[in-house]
Amino acid sequence: MSAAPTRVAPDQLLPEADAVAWRRRVDEGELRQAEWLWGLTMVAHIVPFLVVAVVLVVFEPLALPVSLVALAHAWIIPELYAQRGANVARPPRRRTHGPPEPGPERVALGLLGDLVGHEARDLHARTGLVVEEGRLGVWLVGQAGALLVRPRGRRVHCWCVRVDTRSADGGPGTGDPDLPAGDRIAHLLLALRLDEQGFATVANRAFAGARWRVRRRLDPRARPALDHARRLGRR
Amino acid sequence: MSRLIRMDHTGHSTVAEWTADDPQAVEAAAEALRRELDRGYLAMVSTGPGHAEQVRELPLDAPTVILRLPISGG
Repeated sequence: MSAAPTRVAPDQLLPEADAVAWRRRVDEGELRQAEWLWGLTMVAHIVPFLVVAVVLVVFEPLALPVSLVALAHAWIIPELYAQRGANVARPPRRRTHGPPEPGPERVALGLLGDLVGHEARDLHARTGLVVEEGRLGVWLVGQAGALLVRPRGRRVHCWCVRVDTRSADGGPGTGDPDLPAGDRIAHLLLALRLDEQGFATVANRAFAGARWRVRRRLDPRARPALDHARRLGRR
Repeated sequence: MSRLIRMDHTGHSTVAEWTADDPQAVEAAAEALRRELDRGYLAMVSTGPGHAEQVRELPLDAPTVILRLPISGG
């Protein structure tokens, strides 16, 4: 896995990136900068509450309950950010009622299975996420988002990204209301394979930070996928 | 036999099938591809493990051309 910058042929850039032309194209430098900024933001959230908690108890021991509330804030705020990141791995809410139809789901899974290898197929069956090695790290692609586990596996970027079902047939609300789960992942996977940097640019970053923090907030079923991606990233 | 398939609510639908030595089938598939591109779909071809390319014209030798919808930030 190499992070060297590459020149991409214009016709192999993700066309959707044109819609967010004001954004800096995600590359190794942008990812590092985001990690640094998110880390700084966490410190800025945590440190004031820790200082308040300590100072209060030192100067007025009777203020212990308030001090404990400040400590709770210092713990809860980063957890809320991590929860926001972990949410990208959750399946989106269906717009139609009732359980998904088994026929289309089976057909979609067949196509997705043709796109990925045996190992990724097995992991998807267990966790609902598809693993994909890229130049920026190891990706875990879900139905409405993706996690990027950085090389060495210590940092994770969480991205919200979805299939724009409104875009076909020429108008909002006229596309497929509910694509099967496998198809949603296949859409994102093909876009990722076309242009990894463009994919990350189009997606909205929900979190960047410590892998352990995101792992704690992930659905237990999805955690083995994150562990697997970490192992791949450290190879 | 090459296939042009569209990912949709049915899982996927076969829009066209062709073989390179059948000009009529190729023309029908090319027309079907143009129609789907006009509807807003994007055509993709797998080019090996972990790689895909976007195509705007029918690649005669590709076994499968997949039509996907655009993505956007959620």
